[in-house]
Amino acid sequence: MVPLLLGVSLLTFLLMRLAPGDYFTAMSQNPQITPETIARLRAQYHADAAWYVQWFFWIKSIVLHGDFGYSMAYKIPATSLIIGRLWNTFLLSFFALLIAWLVALPLGIWAAVRKDSWVDRGCSLVAFVGLSVPDVLLSLLALWFAASTGWFPVGGAQNPTAFLMSPWQQFLDRAYHLILPALVLAAADLAGIMRQMRSNLLDTLRAEYVTSARARGLAEGWVIYKHALRNAINPLLTIFGYSLAALLSGAFIVENIMAWPGLGRLTMEAFFAKDSYLVVDCVVMATALLIIGNFVADLLLAWSDPRIRMK
Amino acid sequence: METATPIPVADAKIPLSPWQLFWQRLKRRRIAMAGGIILIVLYTVALLAGFIAPYHYEHLDTKYSFHPPVWPRLQGLHLVVPRYVESTNVFSYHLVPNDTKPVHFFVHGDKYKLLGFIPASIHLFGSGDSDYPVYLFGADQFGRDVFSRLLYGSQISLSIGVIGILLSFVFGMIIGGISGYFSGVTDTVIMRFCELIMSVPALYLIISLRGTFPPGMSSAQVYAMIVIILSFIGWAGMARVIRGMTLSLREQQFVLAARAAGATPIRIITRHILPNTFSYVIVAATLSVPYYILGEVVLSFLGVGIQEPSASWGNMLTAAQNTEYLRNFPWLLAPGAAIFVTVLAFNFLGDGLRDAADTKSL
Amino acid sequence: MNLLEIKNLKMDFGKNADALRAIDDVSFAIGTGETVCLVGESGCGKSVTALSIARLVPTPPANYVGGEIWLNGRDVLKMSARELQQIRGGVVSYVFQDPGASLNPVFRVGNQIKESLKLHRPEKANDAEVIRLLKLVGIPAPESRIRNYPFEMSGGMQQRVMIAMALASEPKLLVADEPTTALDVTIQAQILDLLSELKQRLGMAILLITHNLGIVGDMADRVAVMYAGQIVELAPAKELLRRPLHPYAKALMNSVPKLHGDADRLSAIPGNVPRIGNFPKGCRFYPRCPSARPECADTMPELVEVEPNRWVRCLYAKELTK
Repeated sequence: MVPLLLGVSLLTFLLMRLAPGDYFTAMSQNPQITPETIARLRAQYHADAAWYVQWFFWIKSIVLHGDFGYSMAYKIPATSLIIGRLWNTFLLSFFALLIAWLVALPLGIWAAVRKDSWVDRGCSLVAFVGLSVPDVLLSLLALWFAASTGWFPVGGAQNPTAFLMSPWQQFLDRAYHLILPALVLAAADLAGIMRQMRSNLLDTLRAEYVTSARARGLAEGWVIYKHALRNAINPLLTIFGYSLAALLSGAFIVENIMAWPGLGRLTMEAFFAKDSYLVVDCVVMATALLIIGNFVADLLLAWSDPRIRMK
Repeated sequence: METATPIPVADAKIPLSPWQLFWQRLKRRRIAMAGGIILIVLYTVALLAGFIAPYHYEHLDTKYSFHPPVWPRLQGLHLVVPRYVESTNVFSYHLVPNDTKPVHFFVHGDKYKLLGFIPASIHLFGSGDSDYPVYLFGADQFGRDVFSRLLYGSQISLSIGVIGILLSFVFGMIIGGISGYFSGVTDTVIMRFCELIMSVPALYLIISLRGTFPPGMSSAQVYAMIVIILSFIGWAGMARVIRGMTLSLREQQFVLAARAAGATPIRIITRHILPNTFSYVIVAATLSVPYYILGEVVLSFLGVGIQEPSASWGNMLTAAQNTEYLRNFPWLLAPGAAIFVTVLAFNFLGDGLRDAADTKSL
Repeated sequence: MNLLEIKNLKMDFGKNADALRAIDDVSFAIGTGETVCLVGESGCGKSVTALSIARLVPTPPANYVGGEIWLNGRDVLKMSARELQQIRGGVVSYVFQDPGASLNPVFRVGNQIKESLKLHRPEKANDAEVIRLLKLVGIPAPESRIRNYPFEMSGGMQQRVMIAMALASEPKLLVADEPTTALDVTIQAQILDLLSELKQRLGMAILLITHNLGIVGDMADRVAVMYAGQIVELAPAKELLRRPLHPYAKALMNSVPKLHGDADRLSAIPGNVPRIGNFPKGCRFYPRCPSARPECADTMPELVEVEPNRWVRCLYAKELTK
């Protein structure tokens, strides 16, 4: 895990270094910032040193001091900015995941058990459509829907007057703003998981141990939910990693279109502000989220499948 | 022992080759064929975009900003197009009754370059009169025909998908094959690198890569840049899978036979091992093209991809971000619908290909 | 009254014009405590016939178009889902070919056996009984084995566990579908010995399906030979082995390599088994039969009792007995 993170940060740093011009060149155009300030900042960031030296100091700063530096564009320490945005992205992704899996699994099971019925075909159709609608389009449609009906806020994470509210009201306000983005994000993931669940369950139902269980006199319900399902879930845990990667990418889009203040949105803001360090920070944080998520998935898989545990 | 009577030969049919079997199975899946046909239509239209589009993508007419869609209708035996004029409200138009102009086919219009290099000015249809615009999908903020720009945009968006896939899959197959065949340090290094690339959520990596390119580039350069970026993201996943397949194929007898006959590793990889991965690769490629198309769309949408005045489905959608515009002028979402249809068609086709290749199913 | 009586069973896969007849007019019976072997090549319909006894073949795509299956006095084909659940395990138990695939990989072996116990003998659903069953089938150190997962056991042991599971519900009939085909030869012998021993101790009837004639001699009281969905000969085991009547049965016996006598060419039956849906009109063995006559091509022979307790499906059966 850690080597991977270090490797990713190295890669991103290298990419950033390859970028033409740098943050300070842009700043020098700004008459409000004195050349001395720029020189001081350059020294602080070791801007003239080789990229791996820069990287080393950047890592040192993070690991030893938890300090992500200072954001020029926002004029606040980057750390609090990043933590705040990271939390938002986590919230969005977590709830989207929850919704996606909680809806997709039962639907997939239902479709498999009632194979070829209208339920199955209906789910299949919805899944196909869901898989094919791009996040971009869905986000735009969601905004349109929110604006037309007025039932949901049109983007953003909180009411402008949030600071006037009590903590409980703020929490509710947050949740209210989270609903539509989370639904949009969950939609694409949902379709894929449902199809996979259906397919896995159908495969498991063809297995010999299922016939064997029936032959012992188990009621059909037990056969499906106890024997088959337990085995059908395992391959899903394996694709959880990919599902999470897609989700974080999708979150990037949803955050930017629906103005949800997460890492994705911060990345674009930093990009346009030419704040390369902030971009690197965001990318590494997002990667960290993904790696941790994968790790959790591996743990879940080991717990669920004794064959993996034993290795 | 009695001698046996001659055996009537029951099933003496010449077996079909695997490709023929595959094609037969594919033909039976109507949804997949439908997807394939839709794609053929889309790509043909993209190829002939300049001809089919009534206007050039840069053709603007500010007196027709946000003009609603205009469709020719049948009047007697002619196709005619009605006329709208501006109402008192801004960006609002009303129909002028009994004021129509016939629509002709193969009319003269804006100059363009067919297939990129043949100068031409004949368009499939049009009214020939700038007071009677034929905006099939309405006009955008600058009075540019959405339908025409959609067609020109399809050239970019559709081609990036295919070229990106080709590059990354060819590269991924070769790297994966080498990695799986040679194992050892090469394998470890390559796989670690793939893992590295794959552990960054795609869009974040795309933006990072975008950052390494200078901001002001020509259209052609931007196009190439997007293709390179997307390919860089995509090859790692393919390499991993091909590597896994190579590992198991390597142990098969026919590889041993090839080695015994003196084949070089490159020959074994390219002539023996990789062809066995084709059925997987074709399915994976078809199902992956949508992601490449979407990659370009997102980049252009965010403003860091294809730039104005060039049209791409992505940068056309930026206008739709304004919910006021969207509510009043819903035709701005046309590129979204086009993307949806394209992705749907690829998914239909890819699904059908996968079922046809899977001999265990019907 | 026989424990099991299958009468004129007919089963198709698919419906109407696409129907393929997998089981065509199959009849045989098994008495209490008797061991019957069902012999035939792959694809002749023996597995689906065996599965039909507890109606384990999924319908669709299968459907039963004729006949009856009387198990313990009731027709299986007319039973409700509840009744089926009761007879499955309670009256008839199954042991399948591939024990690794027949055991659920994510549950412990002891729990899977206990599951059977809970269904049919709940008062005995405890570890002690599970250990007793494992001892019964010859698994060493059963106390530690009950916590094992299937993949932690060898093929032979997995099959013993399957047998233990089958016995847990104290069935009257044990259906073993090629129980040793997936195992090493030495383990095969052990499993078959186990089945013989259990048969004697528990007085169980056994339907043993196999394509291995060697097993028939050791285990069977009676044998049913199947070909292309039909029973072609039904006889006491020793009689069949000594003097097979149906040309197919004869050819099968002949094709078993012998150590004594002249070492000639191995004889095989020329041609191929007809595929389902491509059955010839008339006798199905006609294209490959060494004693074939022109009439055989058009007339479907019936299963006829040519001698006491010997049934043959051949137009010239009576002549063949001479």
